[in-house]
Amino acid sequence: MKEVFELLQFFIAQPWPWYVAGPLIAVVMFILLYFGHEFGISENFRIMCAADGADNVNEFFKIDWRKGEWNLLVALGAVFGGYLASHYFIGSEGNVAHVSDATLGALSNIGIDTSKGTVPLVPDFISWEALLNWKGWFMIAGGGLMVGFGARYAGGCTSGHAISGLSALQLPSLIAVVGFFSGGLFVTYVVIPLLFPL
Amino acid sequence: MRMSRYIIVGMLLGFIMYKSEAVSWFRIYEMFRFQSFHMYGIIGSAVIAGIIIVQLIKRKGIRNVKGKEIEIKDKQKTTYRYLIGGTVFGMGWALAGACPAPMFILLGSGATVFFVYLVFAMTGTFIYGLLRNKLPH
Repeated sequence: MKEVFELLQFFIAQPWPWYVAGPLIAVVMFILLYFGHEFGISENFRIMCAADGADNVNEFFKIDWRKGEWNLLVALGAVFGGYLASHYFIGSEGNVAHVSDATLGALSNIGIDTSKGTVPLVPDFISWEALLNWKGWFMIAGGGLMVGFGARYAGGCTSGHAISGLSALQLPSLIAVVGFFSGGLFVTYVVIPLLFPL
Repeated sequence: MRMSRYIIVGMLLGFIMYKSEAVSWFRIYEMFRFQSFHMYGIIGSAVIAGIIIVQLIKRKGIRNVKGKEIEIKDKQKTTYRYLIGGTVFGMGWALAGACPAPMFILLGSGATVFFVYLVFAMTGTFIYGLLRNKLPH
């Protein structure tokens, strides 16, 4: 029995290829639909605002946050899942992002070392230490601010639009995804080179 | 407790996204530089599987756990909010290297600095709430 568990653990701990991860994300969406809910993680920011008293300030947050309890629990589960996967199912090479050689080259050109971060999969410039300078605040806090604002303005994030919306063949979600990519390409090709000058 | 099933679904999501490295800043950077098929494979195969699931739900009239037919609400048919909001979102995504789900997953993996991201994401959502009536939708 112990051997079976160890074999299973070893199997799960390997990096998951895209063709396993993608369909499983669709299964997550289906399970939530089956439970009577629509997959959308960024809605939690609104629920948390409402639970923290924003409902007294603005009508957009006058929602019964208890009705979003299921979604908060999905987010909490994601925290647990991240903990378990990163601590008990470490791949044979450790928790590293197996990015392509082209990406490794592009990153090293601008002085980014993928092995430098203290938390696996997270670069060293996304850390508490990075908050000692403005660049860290810009990337972490500024990034969070834009994600929170943009997701609610667009009515959804990657889970709500790119996965749920496109699966339901919603044209608005396709427009949102075009937006996601316009913003992402702008930052990748214009802003990041400015943040990491040669 | 009945609600614990949502925690399990969230854990599954966390596992999938962590083990497929979709939570990594490096993978997002790679995606936006079109240097690997990996992220496109994840999103693309999720959408193809999702389309099949949604079509099966509609054609077979699959019912949810409460016995009601599963309904998927149509999104509001406008343009500005998706284009502008989406672009702002995409900028934040590429900067921090994480969208909302990966942020929660990374918090669990020990990247506690994402608490700062979370607080600012809530602030961003709050700012949207304040400006909502003045923004084009």
